Amino acid sequence: MTTMTMAKALNVGLRRAMESDSRVLLFGEDIGRLGGVFRITDGLQKDFGEHRVMDAPLAESGIVGTAVGLAMRGYRPVVEIQFDGFVYPAFDQIVSQVAKLHRRSEGMLAMPIVIRIPFGGGIGAVEHHSESPEAYFAHTAGLRVLSPSDPQAAYLTIQQAIACQDPVVYFEPKRRYWDKGDVDEAVDALDPSQAPDPWRARIVRRGSDVTVACYGPMVRTCLEAATASADASIEVVDLQSLSPLDIDTLAESVERTGRLVVVHEAAGSLGLGAEVAARITERCFFALEAPVLRVTGYDVPYPPSRVEEHFLPGLDRVLDAVDRAMEY
Amino acid sequence: MAAVSPDGLRYPPAVQLLTPEGERVSHPDYSIDLSETDLRGLYRDMVLVRRIDAEATALQRQGELGLWASCLGQEAAQVGSGRALRADDYAFPTYRDHGVTWSRGISPLEMLAMYRGVTNGGWNPTEKRCALATIVIGNQALHAVGYAMGVQLDGADVATIAYFGDGATAEGDVNEAFVFAAVYNAPVVFFCQNNQWAISQPRDRQSRVPIYERAAGFGFPGVQVDGNDIVAVMAVTRAALDRARNGDGPTLIEAFTYRMSAHTTSDDPTRYRHADELEVWRLRDPIERLKVHLARQGMADRNFFDQVDREAEDLAVHVREGARAMPEPAGETMFDNVYAEPHALLDQQRAALVEFEASFADEVHT
Repeated sequence: MTTMTMAKALNVGLRRAMESDSRVLLFGEDIGRLGGVFRITDGLQKDFGEHRVMDAPLAESGIVGTAVGLAMRGYRPVVEIQFDGFVYPAFDQIVSQVAKLHRRSEGMLAMPIVIRIPFGGGIGAVEHHSESPEAYFAHTAGLRVLSPSDPQAAYLTIQQAIACQDPVVYFEPKRRYWDKGDVDEAVDALDPSQAPDPWRARIVRRGSDVTVACYGPMVRTCLEAATASADASIEVVDLQSLSPLDIDTLAESVERTGRLVVVHEAAGSLGLGAEVAARITERCFFALEAPVLRVTGYDVPYPPSRVEEHFLPGLDRVLDAVDRAMEY
Repeated sequence: MAAVSPDGLRYPPAVQLLTPEGERVSHPDYSIDLSETDLRGLYRDMVLVRRIDAEATALQRQGELGLWASCLGQEAAQVGSGRALRADDYAFPTYRDHGVTWSRGISPLEMLAMYRGVTNGGWNPTEKRCALATIVIGNQALHAVGYAMGVQLDGADVATIAYFGDGATAEGDVNEAFVFAAVYNAPVVFFCQNNQWAISQPRDRQSRVPIYERAAGFGFPGVQVDGNDIVAVMAVTRAALDRARNGDGPTLIEAFTYRMSAHTTSDDPTRYRHADELEVWRLRDPIERLKVHLARQGMADRNFFDQVDREAEDLAVHVREGARAMPEPAGETMFDNVYAEPHALLDQQRAALVEFEASFADEVHT
């Protein structure tokens, strides 16, 4: 076990992936000499060379579009979008090409591309640097969407995403980059007997009264809420895979607790929480003691940073929802 | 002597090696040795492609295809550049580039399958060294550059060619493709068929300068070629492909041509362009000029032309019968290959669809 930040765990995970497969390429803005604006790729260009860690021109569609061509040539591009709010120029290439080429080619062209996106708020940033656009991608057939919540999960899932034959949009909770945790580097991420299935939700805290489902940056918030809760015993489920959603694990938990609160930073309307609520209602209708409740960002553009603490779900809002679920 | 046509554009463009009257002319920078066999082969290619195109248009009118995008008038640009490729080069065509796909060994029925609605693809891109037809305007220019970057990383002796039209030159992706190709010195050829019309919008709605001149701003050469002159197209494309393979980077080719038909079978060009423009371009027909050249030079006789025409008619029958005989895909095939790896949700949805549709199987229809 080594204690390290999530940023370092991603860095080590990327290094492992590059060591184990010479077709893995990193591609993005400022990822080489600078090591990325969050230093996730720090030192990798020095060790693997400019041909495997390529600094790209400042053009997101260009980065993803050329990654498609690199994948057609047999490479496994891992591209970095510098911030959540800058992925939109690449949206066309992601949904029209990356997501559809395997289907369009009747399985003859794989698109093993990973699109890494630091996402979410809470860092006091200017506009376009704090968004949570995961629902757009989770809504798109042909893509898989992952979001790790701690260093160990980051270390494993980044390698598993890179090894996946499908395209993966990989949302990194940027305000948790500097949180530390234990990472077992001895675990072989690609050996299913050693590493957990990345597409399964994880029960990260056991409880008996309410299930709180969350992912990415909200997992720590929900764990803190569970610790702080005096009245209710809270079970915390880290969804981790936003597409496909692991409803089985969540349903098993809700069957036991009878209550579900879904938490995410993204706006509530038509967000992941809405899908989770619908599916759990279909599956667990007779087990539910209360309607599925959501704690989410409001349906507004991400607010200026001095307002963001009012926008972001925090411990109190999670506990308020838990109380409301308990009162039904 | 260049003349200004009714559309205000100068003709002929910078590079021409075969005039509309079928005369070979020389150019200081471009030449090509083509044997009688080569020229007869190119003529045959263009006639067959035009016949496939006419048959597909007819099949759409009969309701056998959902849509067709005609390449009428652009056969020289497409076949000339397509035949300039080596077997291991890689092409990235649009939905109109039937002459390109023909040149890559893709069968007419493979071309038609997407328009028939039985697939969104049609052929094996890896085997044919030809990407699937891209419908979103300009997306494929970036794919071609990425592929070329991969070729460069491999140290391989392969060129890629990206096809797009005058309309696509306004798209961000095409301009980003120019930037990426330039800064990585990628072995790619940008082949723009300027057919003068982006549906209803004339070329001057896309660019204030001649399209080939834009290349200079990105830092690589651009050349304008008579897109209805298959000899010149082949010479210019071959030179650009060689440049790419030699590590000298990208080239933009503007093939100056004309879309003789509608944008697609859903379009009505009489609403936005004059018939006299069509008449001017009819005199510049790519097939006719090669035919005249072959006949005048004694490289082909009536027997040859008749034989090609008969082959074209046979091919049309094959296309017609083959299109109608394409098997209808089962509904559940929509779930095939959405993902490369197992996906429980889609497995459930597929099973539910099959079960639901099977529940009607016992119903008696009277």
